[in-house]
Amino acid sequence: MTEQPKLACRNIWKLYGPDAESYLEKHPDPTLEDIRAAGLIPAVRDANIDIRDGEIFVIMGLSGSGKSTLVRCLSRLIEPTAGALEFHGQDLRAMSEREMIEIRRHKLGMVFQHFALLPHLTVLQNVAFPLTVQGQKKAAAEMRAREVINLVGLEGRETYYPRELSGGQQQRVGIARSLAVEPELWFLDEPFSALDPLIRREMQDEFLRLQGMLKKTIVFITHDFDEAIRLADRIAIMKDGAVIQVATPEELVLHPATDYVEEFTRHIPRAKVMSVGAIMERGAQGSGAGISQTAKIADIAAQVVAAQTPLAVADDRGQIVGAITREAVISVLVEQGT
Amino acid sequence: MRVSRSSLLWIGLFTVTWMLASYGKSMATAADMKWLIKYPNAWVFPLKDTISDMMRWLVEDAHFGLFTFTEATRALSWLIEQPYNFVRALFSDGFDRRIGRDAVQIVPPLSWIAVLAGVIALGHYAKDWVLAGIVGASFAYLAVFGQWESAMVTLASVMIAVPIGVGGGLMFGILAYRHPLFERLMTPVLDLMQTIPIFAYLVPILFMFGFGPVSALVATVIYAMPPMVRITTMALKAVDPEIKDFGVMTGCTTRQMTWRILVPAAQQSLMVGVNQVIMLSLNMVIIASMIGAGGLGFDVLSALRRLDIGGGFEAGIAIVILAIAIDRLSQAFAERSTMYVPTNSGTSFVARNPRTVIVGVILVIAMGLGQIIPFFQTYPEGQTLTTGAFWSDAVKYLNINYFDQFEAVKIFFLKGFMLPIKRFFLGVPWPWMIAMIVLIGWRFGGWKLALMNGLMAVFIVTTGLWAKAMITVYLCGASVIIASVIGIPFGVLAAVNKRAGRIIGVVIDTLQTLPSFVYLIPVVMLFRIGDFTAMIAIVLYALAPAVRYTEHGVGSVSADLIEAGVVSGCTRMQILTRIRLPLALPDILLGVNQTIMLALSMLVITALVGTRDLGQEVYIALTKADTGRGIVAGLGIAFIAIIADRVIPASARNARIRYGLEGGHD
Ligand SMILES: Nc1ncnc2c1ncn2[C@@H]1O[C@H](COP(=O)(O)OP(=O)(O)O)[C@@H](O)[C@H]1O
Ligand SMILES: [Mg+2]
Repeated sequence: MTEQPKLACRNIWKLYGPDAESYLEKHPDPTLEDIRAAGLIPAVRDANIDIRDGEIFVIMGLSGSGKSTLVRCLSRLIEPTAGALEFHGQDLRAMSEREMIEIRRHKLGMVFQHFALLPHLTVLQNVAFPLTVQGQKKAAAEMRAREVINLVGLEGRETYYPRELSGGQQQRVGIARSLAVEPELWFLDEPFSALDPLIRREMQDEFLRLQGMLKKTIVFITHDFDEAIRLADRIAIMKDGAVIQVATPEELVLHPATDYVEEFTRHIPRAKVMSVGAIMERGAQGSGAGISQTAKIADIAAQVVAAQTPLAVADDRGQIVGAITREAVISVLVEQGT
Repeated sequence: MRVSRSSLLWIGLFTVTWMLASYGKSMATAADMKWLIKYPNAWVFPLKDTISDMMRWLVEDAHFGLFTFTEATRALSWLIEQPYNFVRALFSDGFDRRIGRDAVQIVPPLSWIAVLAGVIALGHYAKDWVLAGIVGASFAYLAVFGQWESAMVTLASVMIAVPIGVGGGLMFGILAYRHPLFERLMTPVLDLMQTIPIFAYLVPILFMFGFGPVSALVATVIYAMPPMVRITTMALKAVDPEIKDFGVMTGCTTRQMTWRILVPAAQQSLMVGVNQVIMLSLNMVIIASMIGAGGLGFDVLSALRRLDIGGGFEAGIAIVILAIAIDRLSQAFAERSTMYVPTNSGTSFVARNPRTVIVGVILVIAMGLGQIIPFFQTYPEGQTLTTGAFWSDAVKYLNINYFDQFEAVKIFFLKGFMLPIKRFFLGVPWPWMIAMIVLIGWRFGGWKLALMNGLMAVFIVTTGLWAKAMITVYLCGASVIIASVIGIPFGVLAAVNKRAGRIIGVVIDTLQTLPSFVYLIPVVMLFRIGDFTAMIAIVLYALAPAVRYTEHGVGSVSADLIEAGVVSGCTRMQILTRIRLPLALPDILLGVNQTIMLALSMLVITALVGTRDLGQEVYIALTKADTGRGIVAGLGIAFIAIIADRVIPASARNARIRYGLEGGHD
């Protein structure tokens, strides 16, 4: 491994029920059936993930698969039953309460499914809240709060109370609030699941726009595979508390680790996740200034199909590395139909 | 079939009990085993003397190193007295300075006009002009009908008791929320405090603090605080877990978590608790006047003692009106705290606080003018109206013209309903009754409940209170039956018919804000003293929960189930009897449970009309300042209450499980 991950989680377990800890000590590697037979609830089983600097890491799974529990273990909102956590190489689980408070105040941010806004505070006060908890002066905190409120497009609503806002606007407040302290690591637990589908898309775009500007390290939870595909750099798929595959959207679709994963990916249009790089002819000649090799096929399909000749493909630095043919694109598009 | 066999068993046991009740006495006499019916005095354990001795030791000799127990109570009472004296001077007595042997008033109390303006402004601030009108009219009534001074004394004690009750309740509630161990210790204490009748702790309080407003305030706070503790713990637990997670993720310290996240987020529920404290404090005013609170409560009590119907009624109504005004006001404040109110910041103080300024101006003018023209200071006595004579005449008229009818009703109920129940409870041999209580506990709550029931019943027997306890059970049982027979149908009606529901709601609300003593006045006038009078007063007081819970239970049956009923062709009657009522049964049972609790707490008050139950025992102890006797009898009532309070919810849970409304196995 070349680069140290921002947050590493090693063999994290979370079992609910009486004496879960001693059970796990006695049975170091129980199966799902063992745990259930012992009358415990397996919320997270032996999870291993690395969150890399600057990536959007999506945790995907059906409801009850343990996503929220896992992400709460990562921030020690819930104490894991077993396992290790490393934040910047520091042992997070060894930190004292006081140290955790400091880390949470300055380095972590979290957005919640049902927004978790404080009903008795205005938008401005809600967003300034984490800053005032740190002890910042009201004026400074409110100035910073106004900045992030503008960032999420809520200027003019500062004096509103949460219940006077729509769901989408409330979640913008939630996002602004979690960004106010400029967290290094940003957790979002199904932030858009409570919103209508149309608003959800709009919020996803907004989220990508923000991330384009802020370049945070993000752990994003969703039960919606389409959302995962749209947003993720990498996706972890969870089932019954276990992480069954961690991969880029493209790898997931092309090489699902299990039937379960394949089931999810089946309805996903290949063109949406496959990048130009996957089907280009390396070293071949093409016309044009060069399509980015990381572009999704769906986005460039019209262009390629309309062109008479193969189009040139460039890498990140603009170097031409190959070409993409009309036939290759069409075969990806057609494969979808079957 | 298992079910029918177990119900057969219960029917059998009941029949045996009934037979024992009817023939047990003669059989026991024949077999020369009278002790089966009447617990022999020689076997009574003199617990009350032990307790009396302990109390005496506490007050006379107890020493905590640096100070004595008496010094501690004196200090506490000084602490409570200071703010009380100030508020009372402000609203009622004025500020005096002692010159030689005379007190000279240097500052008069607040002018009635200023207070009126103040409460109107509060009403407008809290909600709107309608509320301002209601509150204003209520206070104007107090002035015009000559109740002003007493009402202000009562208001002063409420203004001291409520903040203490709310603050203390909040603290204990937060502690219980934070420390599960503390909660586990607290819960049984709270249960006991809420089931133990007020009279029972009046005696020890009187013993410790002496006769006077401090004792009254202490009793009021003890009575009014438990619901606040419970509501606080519950409200904090009910705060959305996401909001709690947010607090932790923001890096809140424990203190920030409590005061900046949990308490504000739970504000709405907490305000319900505040309202409860206010209403309970008002409920206590009459009882508190027995140990030294003045004001309206004292007026009612002395009127009751003089059998002055008119005077008692007037002061009673004044309490009701004061209670309604304060209740509405505090509810409006509770709602307001969650309402969006634009603040026009940036402008001058006058523009931002128009009401404060107006009230301030009125205060200055009224107090200034009051120095010259007394009308502005105190409402002139000559101008007051009185309805006392009207009430007295009305009751006299009814008594003269309808005496026979009232008497007939009374005798009908006594002979046909109450006496048989009384004979039943007094006739069953006590060992058999204890066995039944244990068996019932075992059936609904397992061996723990059985053991608890057994110990409590044994306590009652061995302290020599069995007969009085059985009279308590009979009086309470008869009242609860009547209250249920009246209350449950009204609850059903309120649930199925909106308009009827509103009217019933208002009636029940009023019944609940009326302090318990008020019921006694007219009933005593019409039926004179005795068990029947006591029963009517108890029914009136304890009716509310039977109606409320039934309404809630019937009304909250899921709409899907009702639609399913409609689709499968049920008539409205069938929907009611086949779907709504069975599903509402658990709620109805809980309502009956609450009714029993209220009935038991009212029993002590009915001792005033000459019942021979545990309530009377407490009352006698109070008048004789016999601490041990009061506490033991109070515990007896509390134990009856606790047994009912454990068995009935357990059976309600059984019903819920049977209908699949709750997980578990039968
Ligand atoms: N406090 C708890 N006590 C017992 N079981 C829990 C608790 N919290 C979560 N669970 C269980 O753990 C599993 C995972 O829950 P969760 O992490 O909330 O799933 P997700 O967020 O993926 O929907 C579920 O089966 C849930 O019932
Ligand atoms: Mg979840």
